[in-house]
Amino acid sequence: MSVRVALHSPSGSRSFLERGLLLLVILILLEGTVLTLGAASSPDIGAQDNTGGHDHRDDHRGIEGSRGNTNYTYTKKAFPVLSLDYHHIQVPFEISLWVLLASLMKLGFHLIPRLSSIVPESCLLIVVGLLVGGLIKLVGEEVPPVLDSKLFFLCLLPPIILDAGYFLPIRPFMENIGTILMFAVVGTLWNAFFVGGLLYAVCQIEGTYLSQVELLPCLLFGSIISAVDPVAVLAVFEEIHINELLHILVFGESLLNDAVTVVLYHLFEEYSGAGEVTPMDVVLGVICFLIVSLGGIAVGAIYGILAAFTSRFTSHTRVIEPLFVFVYSYMAYLSAEMFHLSGIMALIACGAVMRPYVEANISHKSHTTVKYFLKMWSSVSETLIFIFLGVATVAGPHSWNWTFVSVTVILCLVSRVIGVVGLTFIINKFRIVKLTTKDQFIVAYGGLRGAIAFSLGYLLDKDLFPTKTMFLTAIITEIFFTVFVQGMTIKPLVDLLAVKKKQEAKRSINEEIHTQFLDHLLTGIEDICGHYGHHHWKDKLNRFNKKYIKKCLIAGERYKEPQLIAFYHKMEFKQAIELVESGGGVKLPSAMPSQVSMQNIQPKKLPPAVAERALPQFTKGREEEIRKILRSNLQKTRQRLRSYNRHTLMADPFEDGWNDFLLKKQRMIELEKKMTEMSNYLTVPAAPPDSPTMCRARLASDPNAFYNIKASSDGVPTIQVDLASPQSPDSVNMLNEFSKRGATDQDLGQREGADRDEDQGLMMKPSSAGKEEKGEEEGGNKNPGLMRCLSDPGPSNEDEEDEPFLP
Amino acid sequence: MGSRASTLLREEEIEEIKKETGFSHSQITRLYSRFTSLDKGENGTLGREDFQRIPELAINPLGDRIINAFFPEGEDQVNFRGFMRTLAHFRPIEDNEKNKDHTASEPLNSRSNKLLFAFRLYDLDRDDKISRDELLQVLRMMVGVNISDEQLGSIADRTIQEADQNGDNSISFNEFIKVLEKVDVEQKMSIRFLH
Repeated sequence: MSVRVALHSPSGSRSFLERGLLLLVILILLEGTVLTLGAASSPDIGAQDNTGGHDHRDDHRGIEGSRGNTNYTYTKKAFPVLSLDYHHIQVPFEISLWVLLASLMKLGFHLIPRLSSIVPESCLLIVVGLLVGGLIKLVGEEVPPVLDSKLFFLCLLPPIILDAGYFLPIRPFMENIGTILMFAVVGTLWNAFFVGGLLYAVCQIEGTYLSQVELLPCLLFGSIISAVDPVAVLAVFEEIHINELLHILVFGESLLNDAVTVVLYHLFEEYSGAGEVTPMDVVLGVICFLIVSLGGIAVGAIYGILAAFTSRFTSHTRVIEPLFVFVYSYMAYLSAEMFHLSGIMALIACGAVMRPYVEANISHKSHTTVKYFLKMWSSVSETLIFIFLGVATVAGPHSWNWTFVSVTVILCLVSRVIGVVGLTFIINKFRIVKLTTKDQFIVAYGGLRGAIAFSLGYLLDKDLFPTKTMFLTAIITEIFFTVFVQGMTIKPLVDLLAVKKKQEAKRSINEEIHTQFLDHLLTGIEDICGHYGHHHWKDKLNRFNKKYIKKCLIAGERYKEPQLIAFYHKMEFKQAIELVESGGGVKLPSAMPSQVSMQNIQPKKLPPAVAERALPQFTKGREEEIRKILRSNLQKTRQRLRSYNRHTLMADPFEDGWNDFLLKKQRMIELEKKMTEMSNYLTVPAAPPDSPTMCRARLASDPNAFYNIKASSDGVPTIQVDLASPQSPDSVNMLNEFSKRGATDQDLGQREGADRDEDQGLMMKPSSAGKEEKGEEEGGNKNPGLMRCLSDPGPSNEDEEDEPFLP
Repeated sequence: MGSRASTLLREEEIEEIKKETGFSHSQITRLYSRFTSLDKGENGTLGREDFQRIPELAINPLGDRIINAFFPEGEDQVNFRGFMRTLAHFRPIEDNEKNKDHTASEPLNSRSNKLLFAFRLYDLDRDDKISRDELLQVLRMMVGVNISDEQLGSIADRTIQEADQNGDNSISFNEFIKVLEKVDVEQKMSIRFLH
């Protein structure tokens, strides 16, 4: 009890805080020591298994006898019952330990609520990395070069990009593609040359001791540092929930500028050795850019189509469906990297191309699996990247130069702002919805640098670039500046400037229908004007897609399904799941049009989510439709409904043609339940038998069921009179009336209803079971189904229903 | 062709159209040449068959309705004025127009006029309500022939249920506006007419 109290009191939250901090510290220490051990025996993570150490370890165990490998005569030694062999498992163990550390850090941060709302996660992770690195250094061991470029580009980056590409919102992306490309290509070029050029100019100034830095290395440095980093942008923007347009602008830019970065990087790296760049090289550079970007997209698209095509045939092997998504995407990335094309663009293209077709083909569970795996991997990757950044910072080597570093930071900011403002001025001439100053500010401020810049810098050849360490220091400082300063302040700034936030509401079917309607309308108007604009080409693409591509790539008959229907199904499915989860199986019939005054009771019971959707009018056909959908999609609900209907006399109500009867049956059952509840704890006086309600009820009910109820109700009330329950004296009389008339629903609508029901529901459990059984016996061999229904009051009814459905 | 077109269109007329619709001089001229190229009968007005001659419009599910929107009530021919008046709804909303005080009547391309245009496309009988049947017709046009009537019916019901606030089982103009408040109508219903 005290524990529970502690959880809710402020002191309790502080204990959480303490626990969280303690956990963090312990983990860091643990990590540090183990890694030190690892570092001691082999300098870097990528070390091969050290077979020599195997024997070394044996010796340590103090086993008598000589070393095995130098002795050919067999000397008997004590059988090693227990031995420690770290090297055997070293590499996977260390990798797992890093991953575990990353995940536990993520856990820990969310346990400390205040911290995670002020400081973005990325900052905290970098700090953790710094701590771990510091620990390792403190122990005296060499810090492993964890942010190895190969590891980064081949293992850590792809999951994040694939996650981004697969879930890329295509529509806003395509609508703003012009703007995004402008920012990505022209903006990055501008940044690179501005920073590189001015940096060179600064280096040439006397007194900075930097005159050995030549133009080309400066330009190379500029190109490395000017690229907005998708990992950092994702990490920070995810937490500020900014509106969709700005998000897609900054994020799209960070993805597409990869091509520019790759080309510039290779160009300058190649020609740094030569020392000069001719105009011919510039032309080649432009051609290279086109090849890199378009080639990357093409490679991605090919693999995407392959994946979509493969998924068409996976209907019998659902279990490995997610694997195809991951493997094809990864291969797209690797293939693009093989040709030095833009791997990021390949991944994005692959994910975006395959998604609509794969999602139409794979099962719902596979879809969930893909989603969760992608989120999981990208999350872990991101965490690891930031931690490694911290560790790599500690590892060094650093060569700090005040001028260079500070000039870099300032220039990056300045060039970003100028670039964004200038480009927006040009872009706004072509946009329908202009970008405001606030938007420009956010776009400029959101240009964060991250680990890609660091890895690219790390890749530089030390011989060609003697100033590599200085570059690295500057890059790290810039990254820290953007992530810490800009990352931390962007959230309060967004609030301060009242930038439009993301609208959380789900897309309603109205929006979907009307959006499609407007699309058709605009396409028509464009055709009338003879203006081949945005809508015209989109419409053409859609038509082509529907006619040829969908037929090839989507299995079975689903390719004919219009988008609207697919959307509607998805929505109904989601709503049905929500309905079920909120215990809606009982509540579903409550939305029926009741001539009985059930409506007065049920609406109060509906949980808010369902109540919003509860129809004022609910046609029978519609209800049947929902049931059909539920039937086909939800095993659970169907069972629940069926067991609900098991109490009827008739055959399987799911046969077509039982619609009307089904409705009435359910109503009757509902009424029976209510009646039994009433009869147990009648605080609600029943209506007099001749009241219009009762007559109506009698007329409305099916005579068949009516009789049965009458029969069974005879048995029930006679016993309860003996029970001690808080009842008014009237109730006893009412009970007698019940037994006389076999009345049905008279009491329901009349009085206070809902609260009473709930109360009765609560009160019923303890005592109802026993007496119901008695009632059953007394009732004799009445219809067993009905008896079971009557003997089962509300809450426990659901409990019983739940059992068969637990996996 | 260009010079011939401009002689048929008098300066005063261009000015009037400019004032009414807000198009620029060059846009009006350009659209006039389009108008004349559609006008095969060369009588200065367009009939329904002129529109139907546009190939892409034939395969547009809403083609007929869009064509009807150009023709005022009961008439079969539309002149250039009417043509421009309809097209004016799709002009992008400019910032300076947003700030103009509304002493004059609302410009044709204001948000609510755009929405009214779209609403009228649904509401054929002009009773200011989108009834279930009207919605069903539009859905049927957009969705094609493969979907059963009852499924469409349930979609229509659900749509009306979501939007309907006063319980009359149809969507009034205000409810229509409310439903689309999250949609960026300014962008969705604007065409960037070339200068």
